[in-house]
Amino acid sequence: MTDAAVSQVAPRRQPSPVFTAFRRNRFSWIGIGLLAVIILLAVFAPLVAPYDPLKQNILHRLSPPSAQYWLGTDSYGRDVLSRLLYGARISLSIGFLSVLIAMLVGSALGILAGYIGGVFDQIVMGIVDVMLSFPTLLLGLMVAAMLGASFENLIIAIAITETAPFARVARAPTIAMKRRDFVEAGRSLGFSPFRIMGVHILPNILSDIVVVASLWMASAIRTEASLAFIGLGVLPPTATWGGMIREGFENILNAWWLVVFPSLAILLTVLALNILGDALRDAIDPKARSAQ
Amino acid sequence: MTGYVIRRLLLAIPTLIAMLTMVFVLVRLVPGDAAVAMLGDRASDATLQALRAELGLDQPIGVQYLKFIKDMLTGDLGRSMVSGRTVLDEVATVLPYTLELAAAAMLIGTLLGVLLGIIAAIRRDQWPDYLSRILSLVGLSFPGFVSAILMLLAFAVWLQWLPVMSRATSDPIDHLRNLLLPALNLGLIMTAYIARVTRSSMLDVMGEDYIRTARAKGVRPRGLIIRHALGNALIPIVTVVGLYFGTLIGNSVLTEIVFTRPGLGKLILGALQSRDYTMLQGLMVVFATFVIVVNTVTDLIYALVDPRVSLAR
Repeated sequence: MTDAAVSQVAPRRQPSPVFTAFRRNRFSWIGIGLLAVIILLAVFAPLVAPYDPLKQNILHRLSPPSAQYWLGTDSYGRDVLSRLLYGARISLSIGFLSVLIAMLVGSALGILAGYIGGVFDQIVMGIVDVMLSFPTLLLGLMVAAMLGASFENLIIAIAITETAPFARVARAPTIAMKRRDFVEAGRSLGFSPFRIMGVHILPNILSDIVVVASLWMASAIRTEASLAFIGLGVLPPTATWGGMIREGFENILNAWWLVVFPSLAILLTVLALNILGDALRDAIDPKARSAQ
Repeated sequence: MTGYVIRRLLLAIPTLIAMLTMVFVLVRLVPGDAAVAMLGDRASDATLQALRAELGLDQPIGVQYLKFIKDMLTGDLGRSMVSGRTVLDEVATVLPYTLELAAAAMLIGTLLGVLLGIIAAIRRDQWPDYLSRILSLVGLSFPGFVSAILMLLAFAVWLQWLPVMSRATSDPIDHLRNLLLPALNLGLIMTAYIARVTRSSMLDVMGEDYIRTARAKGVRPRGLIIRHALGNALIPIVTVVGLYFGTLIGNSVLTEIVFTRPGLGKLILGALQSRDYTMLQGLMVVFATFVIVVNTVTDLIYALVDPRVSLAR
């Protein structure tokens, strides 16, 4: 009398939402393709980048895009293309790691709140509601300003702003799952609460969490760029997209390429993640699909 | 209804106190403490002690917390460490600019968004629908400051239709020209969001039985949409517009900075650059209070337009 008995009562696991999404929606291929290209370029930046992103060349400062410098150079004569490629590493890794932390902490809180219920649930959800009432960007700004800007602190700051939505998303289906027969069965078999939450509830709500994760990673990359633009990013001379726009903004009247290319990089990355998130949501939520 | 209003208003009080608690904790995240952060590592112990005493940092944490909550609830948000003026004074000076911008953006966003959403829903799976959905997706992907910079580049630097920097003016036409680009920037991002929600809300309502009945009775499509569907489809939009306010305020901070407009954005940037922690803390409380008030009002309006809400609870 073990897991086998329980799994007979448990609903059959549906096919992976990612798989369904891509079979159903051809548009989503654009998103995944775009994202794959950006990730590959970031990973292989040292091989792809034509120049050292930090190397200054005063003779060639503020050169417009040309055969030699495809996307031009900045006010220190550094190659914009190379800086963009290396900047992708910062944006993607801050985006990914902050969402990962927010996802782990947030969904753990949400599942616990939903499963335990009572006063604990009320306290956790009370805090979550308050956190949601802060505008994401301002909360991130405040935490980053207090901790001081660095790679690690930015991850923490952005993770804090995005924990609450995960708690919300994880809690509601946990409450629904708690009353299902297979969870009751597990409980009557004497499984520990953590085993029930981890083995029986988590896999069934995972798809909801993954959708939220891809949409919030888009938001995390936006927040990181915004913070870098107001001077709360990873410190220069490290190349970050938001930081490049910040520096380029001073020369907006005579060097458009300094703001346009990093802007496009941010836009394309966020767009790719949003397309992906939308496709996943459509695949999971039948109501959204019928409305689409 | 009255019961619901009272309950909803009372609910705002614990939310407010929880928010203040969070700000209190956040400000104490500063490595070392705020005094060291403001004066730097090389400040003498005496000056540090003096500043700590002024900020109340030498008191036990419990005392600090109670005093903080009491001050904030009585409207004493502290003084700027730089200008010496109270936070509320500083905010009051620039608030009209930010509110004007937010109001203009909300107007643009709601009108265009609802219109675009309705068209997309009516022409579902035809080119207007696809176009509106692609535009929405792109609009939702723009960080507010990126679209602001690109608009600035296009309309002020290349086409030279509008000023690059907004400056103080008493001429109402110039005033509107200064407002136009920032408001369009925020408004168009909001349009993307509202169009999406309107479309799916309209599609939900159009699938309802009573719409089918009306159609069977021979109500013409235009009457069907305007008289029967729109009213119910707009109910969720009230909430969405209200909830969007927080995002709008966040975006407006960066938009103001890009367009060098006076407002809360400039105030935040100044406080960041001068490490004015009391100012940052006060601004945070102001922003969050705004959002809590708007959320509460939104809930009340929602109950007003949808009687099911107040009856259900």
